[in-house]
Amino acid sequence: MKRGLTLAWLLFLASVPLWLDNLYILHVLIMTGIFVIAAMSLNLLLGYTGQLSLGHVAFFGIGAYVSSLTTLGFSVHLLPDWQVSADPKPVWFGMLLGTVVAGLFGWAIGRLAFKVRGAYFVIVTISFAEVIRLVALNWVELTQGPMALNNIPYLRLGIPEVFEVAFLRKPANYYLVLAVGILCYIIIRRLVKSRAGRAMIALRENEPLASSVGVDVTRYLVLATVVSAAMAGAAGTLYAHYVRIVDPDVFLFIYTVTMVIMVISGGKGTLAGPVVGGIIFGLLPEVLRSARVPPEMQWVVYGVLMILVVYFLPQGIVPAVRDWWLSRRAADAPDVPAEATTKAASR
Amino acid sequence: MLKVEGLTCRYGKVAAVRELSMDVNAGELVSLIGANGAGKTTTLKSISGVLPPASGRITFLGEDITRATPKRILQLGIAHCPEGRRVFPYMSVLENLEMGSYLRSDSAEVAEDMAKLFERFPILHERRNQAAGTLSGGEQQMLAISRALMSRPKLVLFDEPSLGLAPNLVERTFEIIKSIRAQGVTVVMVEQNAYAALELSDRAYVLDQGRVIMTGTGAELLNNPHVKAAYLGA
Repeated sequence: MKRGLTLAWLLFLASVPLWLDNLYILHVLIMTGIFVIAAMSLNLLLGYTGQLSLGHVAFFGIGAYVSSLTTLGFSVHLLPDWQVSADPKPVWFGMLLGTVVAGLFGWAIGRLAFKVRGAYFVIVTISFAEVIRLVALNWVELTQGPMALNNIPYLRLGIPEVFEVAFLRKPANYYLVLAVGILCYIIIRRLVKSRAGRAMIALRENEPLASSVGVDVTRYLVLATVVSAAMAGAAGTLYAHYVRIVDPDVFLFIYTVTMVIMVISGGKGTLAGPVVGGIIFGLLPEVLRSARVPPEMQWVVYGVLMILVVYFLPQGIVPAVRDWWLSRRAADAPDVPAEATTKAASR
Repeated sequence: MLKVEGLTCRYGKVAAVRELSMDVNAGELVSLIGANGAGKTTTLKSISGVLPPASGRITFLGEDITRATPKRILQLGIAHCPEGRRVFPYMSVLENLEMGSYLRSDSAEVAEDMAKLFERFPILHERRNQAAGTLSGGEQQMLAISRALMSRPKLVLFDEPSLGLAPNLVERTFEIIKSIRAQGVTVVMVEQNAYAALELSDRAYVLDQGRVIMTGTGAELLNNPHVKAAYLGA
């Protein structure tokens, strides 16, 4: 039943470019997909280890910048008479490097998380994102600052002049984002269902107890941060080579907030939560636009909807729907013990 | 079996435990009693490695564990049943028990141990799929004790096992602890309920402001006038 539903859902997602002839909406779907990947990565940290990173966009931006600079090439003076240059590299390499570098930054932040938790971790991550944004804005020689990195090449895969897929047009990019999204989903799923995932959940729920049953708290916090950061970086590289222009605005705080909204409203600590939340809050502005809601009202509706979700479904949409579904099923079949629902509610 | 020598623990500049020495023989049930802030909980935390001591030496079965990680100490056979929030509230009873065997890789024997615990505490079996946070206080305590046993410890540290429990459950909890000891597991217990603790214990240490001020068998201390006046309210 569940497997069938997943398959139907995937087939539907895969079929979208075949029947959708509105390229603008396809663009919105691609951007939503990129944000869903970022939200999934944030969920690993926020939902499964309980650490709120309000600088998550930094990893996204680092991925975007590293990948762009690698594929464009650059030349900077690190000291007045010491110049470092790099020739343009293939896009797939840039994307890989962007993901890895974002993961390395995640490692550094994760090590820091060993010392600071809770509110301090939030502040550290905000500051980190802001510092990175200021670097991107002011290191003009490397990043072009507010002039932005332009003409970023698009991804090509295959053997040149024999068989090559160019990810220039929207349908191709849609499939690329979908594939990366599915891959990230599978990675997160495997991770949280593993021993490491159990350890992360344990340390979220009761850290002193987790360490007393032998969970190496630092190790798993760092692991979660690295995977999460690398995934956000991967989303950033997708963004860079799709939009093909990157400026310091990719580090804006509002993008982190958007990711947090997607995770919380969808259901933090659930696999489907950030996907559902991401799709709803990613598409909502467009739905409102097409419903001819005036622009200033769109944000009001957005805000009101969010408040309603948080107020009435504090656990998020996915857990609420699942509880409703399970309780209905339990009502249909009275011999199913009530504890089955409680168990689901606890996850 | 366990030997603590000259243990000093600090929270910042404040010393919570000063030059504390104690030893525990295999198979014994030893209590630490004393007023709030006497350093009982801190001592247990140092032994289990959650709080590394400022100075002193702790050895267990001949191995120096003063600076060992909680993981290593657990592997050597010391399980810690901390006070207060005792369970993982959103995990099921079953998952809580599985966390107790987190470091074990002998899955067949883990399953066997779990079956034994379920036999001993049928209520946990009944509620195995329920979120641990929805259990009553007494059931949570049973779960916490069972979880500690899932690591197959040689020594269990109980921190305030009776805290926040209804009187009949307190009795039940002490009975469980007694039965654990009867199976050959060594027990070190911190308890506010000095009377019950002393009745149960082979030996006890009385702590005051981070120091051991008195030690003896449970019966000796029960009849000691100073202990009676200060801790038993008689």
